Amino acid sequence: MSVPVLDVRGLAYAYPDGHQALFGVDLHVHQGERVAMLGPNGAGKTTLVLHLNGILQAGAGSVEISGLPVAKPNLKEIRRRVGIVFQDPDDQLFMGSVRADVAFGPANLGISGAMLDARVMSALEQVGMAEYADRPPHHLSFGQRRRVAVATVLAMEPEILVLDEPSSNLDPASRRELADIVRSLDVTVLMVTHDLPYALELCPRSVVLSDGHVVADGSTYGVLTDTQLMRAHRLELPVGFQPRTIGSLPG
Amino acid sequence: MGAGHGHRLYFHGHSAIHRAPAHLKILALVGFMLGVVATPRDWYPVFGVYLLVLVGVVLVSRVPLAYLARRMVIEVPFLVFAALIPFIATGPQVEVLGVAVSEPGLLAAWGLAVKGTLGVLASLTLAATTEPSDVLAGLQRLRMPALIVQIMGFMIRYLDVVTDDLGRMLVAMRSRGVDPRSPRHWPALARTLGALFVRSYERGERVHLAMLSRGYDGTMR
Repeated sequence: MSVPVLDVRGLAYAYPDGHQALFGVDLHVHQGERVAMLGPNGAGKTTLVLHLNGILQAGAGSVEISGLPVAKPNLKEIRRRVGIVFQDPDDQLFMGSVRADVAFGPANLGISGAMLDARVMSALEQVGMAEYADRPPHHLSFGQRRRVAVATVLAMEPEILVLDEPSSNLDPASRRELADIVRSLDVTVLMVTHDLPYALELCPRSVVLSDGHVVADGSTYGVLTDTQLMRAHRLELPVGFQPRTIGSLPG
Repeated sequence: MGAGHGHRLYFHGHSAIHRAPAHLKILALVGFMLGVVATPRDWYPVFGVYLLVLVGVVLVSRVPLAYLARRMVIEVPFLVFAALIPFIATGPQVEVLGVAVSEPGLLAAWGLAVKGTLGVLASLTLAATTEPSDVLAGLQRLRMPALIVQIMGFMIRYLDVVTDDLGRMLVAMRSRGVDPRSPRHWPALARTLGALFVRSYERGERVHLAMLSRGYDGTMR
């Protein structure tokens, strides 16, 4: 098989206070895949995400992005290849206008002038926010801010898009709009969530992380219908949600 | 938070004052303030001229005077302090409305009040006619160090977020029977402010992480 976009091998990490969050995680994601990473609160999902672009340095094991190891000398290129959209858009949008915010990443990569404008507008068009380019981000609705946060990362033309709890705090319409956007993107996606219906809707494959271990890796449908696995790892489907009765599934 | 409204101090308009380049407005404000501060406080007519100039600018900008007047409430604690000076200061006494007050104190209070008021009104006029982001761009054009402009930009951006945080915490306090205005509950209020500080600090760290993730290396481009 080709070189995976995301190749995590035996990744272990303990926080400076001694709390061990990850115990030898293995995860491979290939070009064009959309993978959900499921797990209860405190399973180590966010810790894993922070390893993908070198914010945290692996205690043991390795992370490679399209064959390039995540290590100090490569950080700039790694951060271009891995686009992380954080949970709270207010953490990600800090400039005076949407345009400036989306331009921030590519400008740090040394892009400027007409090239930069083109990148910014194309990223905003992909999330349907082009007409808001000159608005200050804090005056947008929450759903709009989340979409701009996705655009700030798309503008860097990443090889893998990492979404941390993309559906949290969204109303159902914004949630569906974001799903449409994610589906329309031609990019590899790793989606960290405990919103199981959303995972089923968007990602053919799921990985379950529990207490710092990968405990399952398979089709999302298979994971969600494995009652024993679900119960053992504090995963619960919303009341009334039955994956078995859904007709059309991705993948 | 709805879409489309500007900053709380900004009054939307298209007057010549609104359209003037921000760096010129900042220079004019600083020049005006230096003039006001340097004027000896007993040159009474000159302060009248300052006020006329300022009111003239406000009229041209079409910002309603009442709009600015309401925002001048921020000056009240300062005026209270000025009003105390004649009673505290020493020196020859004069009778005003049957009360003996210090004459140099009275003059000092006048100087403080008039210079302060002109300053606040002038600054509010700048804020009412210039978007915060334009003020920042103006400062940058005036060669203000980039780091300071960045810090000010973050302050403007997150002031609303932090105020909203505090608002939600106060609502949560009130819902549990705490009245933040009553001194009996000030200890609880103080803890809330402590929590707000910690929250804001942590948000600062998360923003920094998000910036690093997009290749930030210490300079804004």
